[in-house]
Amino acid sequence: MECLKGQDQANQIKGVGVSPGIAIGRVVLLDKEVNWPRRDLGQDEIELEHQRFVRAVNGVESRLEAVRDQLDSDIAEYAALIDSHILMLRDTMLFNKTLALIEEEMINAEWALDKVLEKVEARFATVTDDYLRERFQDVRQVAERIMRDLAGQCSRQADFSEDVILVTRDLSPEDILRMRSPKVRGFLAEMGGETSHSAIIARALRIPAVVGLKKVASRFKGGELALLDGSAGLVCLDPSPHDVDYYRQKQLRFKQYNKEVAAFAHLPPETVDGLRVKVEANIEMVDEVDQVHEYGAGGIGLFRSEYLYLGRDILPDEDYLYDVYRRLLTRMAPLPVTIRTLDAGGDKIGSWQAGDEANPALGLRAIRYSLSEPDLFAVQLRALLRASRHGRLRIMFPMISSSCELDRVIEILNEVKKDLYLQGVNFDPEVEIGIMVEVPSAVTMADVLARQVDFFSIGTNDLIQYALAIDRVNEHVSHMYEPLHPAVIRLISQVVEAGHLAGIEVTLCGEMAGDPTCLPLLLGLGVDVVSMHPRAIPLIKKIIRSTVAAEVELLLPELLSCVSAKEVRSRLSEFIQNNYRDDFPGVSEQ
Amino acid sequence: MFEQEFVVKNKLGLHVRASARLVALAQQFEAGIFLIRNGEEADCKSILDVMSMACDKGSLVRIRVDGSDAGKAMAAVAALIDNKFDED
Repeated sequence: MECLKGQDQANQIKGVGVSPGIAIGRVVLLDKEVNWPRRDLGQDEIELEHQRFVRAVNGVESRLEAVRDQLDSDIAEYAALIDSHILMLRDTMLFNKTLALIEEEMINAEWALDKVLEKVEARFATVTDDYLRERFQDVRQVAERIMRDLAGQCSRQADFSEDVILVTRDLSPEDILRMRSPKVRGFLAEMGGETSHSAIIARALRIPAVVGLKKVASRFKGGELALLDGSAGLVCLDPSPHDVDYYRQKQLRFKQYNKEVAAFAHLPPETVDGLRVKVEANIEMVDEVDQVHEYGAGGIGLFRSEYLYLGRDILPDEDYLYDVYRRLLTRMAPLPVTIRTLDAGGDKIGSWQAGDEANPALGLRAIRYSLSEPDLFAVQLRALLRASRHGRLRIMFPMISSSCELDRVIEILNEVKKDLYLQGVNFDPEVEIGIMVEVPSAVTMADVLARQVDFFSIGTNDLIQYALAIDRVNEHVSHMYEPLHPAVIRLISQVVEAGHLAGIEVTLCGEMAGDPTCLPLLLGLGVDVVSMHPRAIPLIKKIIRSTVAAEVELLLPELLSCVSAKEVRSRLSEFIQNNYRDDFPGVSEQ
Repeated sequence: MFEQEFVVKNKLGLHVRASARLVALAQQFEAGIFLIRNGEEADCKSILDVMSMACDKGSLVRIRVDGSDAGKAMAAVAALIDNKFDED
């Protein structure tokens, strides 16, 4: 039987691919169904059984602690998750109750723990919150770990002599971390989904994984060869030599592709005919700077500053903000860092209670909120200005909708500068300022606004919503949210023209910037900087480097004359097919 | 003995991480610390007990603290809940 084509082959099953890549290896079943032994104890055995149970819990605990302490910084946030498992291990409902049952009912530890687990399950079954009810799975994982330890099966470490694919019922984050080894090529699990913690860790470690494969463990006996495509979510059981070949090719293509793309991360983003386009990153935490460098961003095109404000009762003070901005600028220097001032509604910040706004998107948010709370705004500006001497700062104001509004912003900025100057505080007096162009009125008035600032940044996510009057999270209308709507293209075009006429740089920092299919359009329109999620950068650079600027210039009038998004899309995909076939290999075709 | 009412304000409520914070804190005190909601009571030193109360955002909960260091314990728990478990 072959897995090659068709999806309903008996030896090919489809799950949810949660971590991309191709894996070929021998199956290792992590948790073979074992019937835990049940036994009545004599009076004289109770003390020993207590000790046996405590030893098992101690063993599991120290292994969990070891896993937690070895977490790499990129997945360090999972330490809290593992801590919660350690707490469960020692929980009175689990630990003390099991000890008590061993004594009261004179039964062995496995039996007692099983009974305790049933009680906990019953308790969780009544929980109304779906997320918390499902956390019983965490309790079960913890209990199973104790069971395995009691059975003396716990010592399995990742010491495989050949490439393996690990198969388990429910993949826990600890399993992945503990089983880390160059020989572990992939994971298969019966439970789980795209957003499970395990999926996120598998992606972080770049180990291909497919989950949501019902009853998959029972289809293996262990030791046989299996193939896994974590991009397409496919598993091939009992593969023919032909299948293996086919997966090897897929694997090679995937690796090759990733290597190629990664190789582009540090090459200059320049078209074949020498046009330079800047590629920058959107981030919201200083910790992301490592990624920004790894993926070869030429700067930070958008630092979302609201993260430092959200969900706090006490507003961050000037020194705290200064410290964050300083670290960010220092670690990025000499590359530019564009920090956007607070872009949130008051409902998300501090003790301010907005009550209910009928239309929050059209309400008191972003720069409007900052202008309504000038003291709070001044604190952020002071912190920004003080940090400005540590690198190349650009300050950006969100949601500007008129020239008067911008005047007021600049007035406050100048007051803050004056105060700092009088207090003898150092800052860069020439710090660049710019605005997000995301309200249609700002597009229309772009020629006027351009005279007041050093740069524009088009926030397409909001601009599209406002221009098309579509709330993208409203399920009734979200299908009409369309980045390639001809109206959107004309708006972007108008902003770029106005910016260039005034001699200022135009960035595009919405999701469109990282979308490879939109890139020829944006290049044709003359966008100077595209700013996106760091991970998207290598591919975008690769595409820029295989683009001929003269060709996208020729394409542009055609795109501008399209009357529908559908037409734009089909013209763009035709262009991409003809020009970049090699950049979109079908690594995950099914 | 101290008793005080709180509103759970962090976005996800008393989910795994927040429960873990509360339990780790509670375990540092001698005093018994209990969380009461809708007439049900959970031991704040037991993560399973706290999680199974499923306190979502906006829940009104009562904390009861009883024992030698009750005053300190209440202040610490109050600070944790008010700071939304240092998250969001």
